[in-house]
Amino acid sequence: MTSTRSRFSGYAVLLLALAMVGGLYTAFGAPKSKAADGANQSIAIEEGRQLYLQGCSTCHGLNNEGGAGGPTLIGVGASAVIFQVESGRMPLAAGVAQAPRKKVKYDRTQIDQLAAYIESRGGGPTLPKGRLDDGDLALGGDLFRTNCSSCHNFAGVGGALTRSKYAPSLKPADERVIYTAMQSGPENMPRFSDNQLTVDEKKAITRYVRYITHEAKDPGGAPLGRYGPVPEGLVAFLVGIGLLIVITLWIGARA
Amino acid sequence: MATAVEKGASGAAVWVDDRLGSSNFIKRSLNKVFPDHWSFMLGEIALYSFIVLLLSGTYLTLFFEGSSREVIYHGAYTPLKGIPMSAAYESTLRISFEVRGGLIMRQIHHWAALLFMASIVVHLMRVFFTGAFRKPRELNWLLGVGLLVLGILEGFAGYSLPDDLLSGTGLRIAYSIALSIPVIGTWAAFLVFGGEYPGGEIIERLYPIHILLVPGIILGLITAHLALVWYQKHTQFAGPGRTEDTVIGSKVYPAYGAKAGGFFFLVFGVLTLLGGLAQINPIWLYGPYDPSQVSAGSQPDWYVGFLDGSTRLMPNWELRFWDYTFSPNVLLPTQVLPGILFGLLALYPFLEAKLTRDRAYHNLLDRPRDKPVRTALGAMSITFYLILLIAGGNDIVASIFHLSINEITYTLRAGLFILPPLVYVATKRFCLSLQRADDELLHHGIESGTIRRLPSGEFVEETVPLPPQYSVLLATTPERKELTSHGAHGDHPAATPAPRGFFRPRGGVIEPAPEKAPDGKELEGTVD
Repeated sequence: MTSTRSRFSGYAVLLLALAMVGGLYTAFGAPKSKAADGANQSIAIEEGRQLYLQGCSTCHGLNNEGGAGGPTLIGVGASAVIFQVESGRMPLAAGVAQAPRKKVKYDRTQIDQLAAYIESRGGGPTLPKGRLDDGDLALGGDLFRTNCSSCHNFAGVGGALTRSKYAPSLKPADERVIYTAMQSGPENMPRFSDNQLTVDEKKAITRYVRYITHEAKDPGGAPLGRYGPVPEGLVAFLVGIGLLIVITLWIGARA
Repeated sequence: MATAVEKGASGAAVWVDDRLGSSNFIKRSLNKVFPDHWSFMLGEIALYSFIVLLLSGTYLTLFFEGSSREVIYHGAYTPLKGIPMSAAYESTLRISFEVRGGLIMRQIHHWAALLFMASIVVHLMRVFFTGAFRKPRELNWLLGVGLLVLGILEGFAGYSLPDDLLSGTGLRIAYSIALSIPVIGTWAAFLVFGGEYPGGEIIERLYPIHILLVPGIILGLITAHLALVWYQKHTQFAGPGRTEDTVIGSKVYPAYGAKAGGFFFLVFGVLTLLGGLAQINPIWLYGPYDPSQVSAGSQPDWYVGFLDGSTRLMPNWELRFWDYTFSPNVLLPTQVLPGILFGLLALYPFLEAKLTRDRAYHNLLDRPRDKPVRTALGAMSITFYLILLIAGGNDIVASIFHLSINEITYTLRAGLFILPPLVYVATKRFCLSLQRADDELLHHGIESGTIRRLPSGEFVEETVPLPPQYSVLLATTPERKELTSHGAHGDHPAATPAPRGFFRPRGGVIEPAPEKAPDGKELEGTVD
């Protein structure tokens, strides 16, 4: 007996000591926030999963595997969720050529929970920390004209794509939506990974888009929708020629 | 009582006349008569827009640098700071943001260009539908067609000069159009652009073309155009005293001169309003031209839009013969089609004269309804043109109305061939119906609204004879003159209800037919 006890008592003491040290460390020594974050994160993921099961799983599948109604969400990352849900495009209302911008169905906390859940399912692009719109304006303009204006138009008012699809107006998009659109490449839009456009370059584009859609004044007067020469031609005929013909009628009547 | 001013004026006149002997010419000129009708002023809009173009363009040349030399931008517009660009684009930015009054001048210049072309087209329609192009005025029609084509070229050159993203996109298409010419295409494109696109010389070449060569030719043609109107006299609608041999209207001095001078300032006013209130071609938003960039919604100005439209509607056919590529997808819509369209336009007066065997002189205008075939042909052509114009903006239409661009293109492709013939038939029927209504008016007169009961108990509605200025206008053929002589029934005094709109009575009173020219109007023989 004695030999048996002495053989095991050493291990027991060791175990006890380890448990005590571990317990004390957990109680007093560990960085509290991280533990809380981890706990919050897992809560967020769980909350997100519940939201997902209620609002998204019909089309995207119970395990994000996708189906006839929607693509798989494994590996799309938090950015795709933020873009789609924060712009009101998801949940989809009807099967149309392209998901239109609608009233947002979730609040910011719920969107972050959904994003955390999808992020936990295979990773993918996420929003960088810090401000998204403090990039270089001139660089952003140049990159915008190279990468974006061919579909979204020089002033970001949008344009037509084939078969009822379209590049939407960028005016209602906030910084998070603009940035995550570039990261996730929704619909027909190409994806701009950090290797194609660096974080700073994407921030510069975000800055420029916000500038032309919200800050840039039109020093020349009425912007005519910033659609280019088509509305200008219409105004030339409807306003210019229209007004001048009324004037000729007036002069003609007085002759 | 001669005042000092009058004495001075006559002294000056004598001084000039002693040296130039021009008093006879000036007297004749000041007594020249122009007929009054609102539609005769449409061409004047083009003339006055051109004057505004010359004035505003001169101001712009003081600051514009027509050079593709590369510079780094350090001007007032911060979103382009540090971006490399051409000197042409930089100077256009300087005009827009730093030169005093530069932006409004640029905008007035651009609006004036759009209105110059628009008024040429509206004027052309007036001349076409009233048959003003007929003998002896075919040459002036040709001058007008020349002005239209030159205006398009001049406008395109101006559109290309700022060297912004839109300009460059247009030039890129112009290069492709040159490339599509069979056999010599490549050499032609190299010749015009000075090498492979963008070539580095096109701005330098377009600048003198835009500010000197083409405007000079346009100015010359306008002078010839007006001189011919002067020499051949303006056409007019038929009316009492207005015959093939007599022009009735206002004298150049003072009535017509005052009217035209006032109208110039009204045109200038409208252009200034547009230039000050409506932003046109915001080149700072387009950015400098870079061949790797393009914007959605890149369109030409409206007068080139029909060619953009024909290109968008054209199926993408490309043929290869051994080692040679032949591109009907670009050649047909951008060169063959306008060649045919402008060719037909220029030849129309001669074709019509030949087909109708009409060799007579015409100084009186047609009412469009009285020439149903011509009017229907015109309406058909306008339909064809409008479909091309809409096709040129198919992406904007799709974007604004949330339509599929493919469906729009298919619809317009079909419409291009189906709609014009339908419009032809409908317009012709419409004209014939209007003629019948005119016959009715001539034959029965205007409904007076008075019902008379005859002793027999029968009710008849009384009608009033058509006032002479209308019966003369309507009685264009011998058969119609015959109709007029029957006149109306019922006995009415000489003062008759004045017509309103399309000859419906409104109870006012008009004067009996004038024996001579109305007050303030002057008669002039058509043959000097």
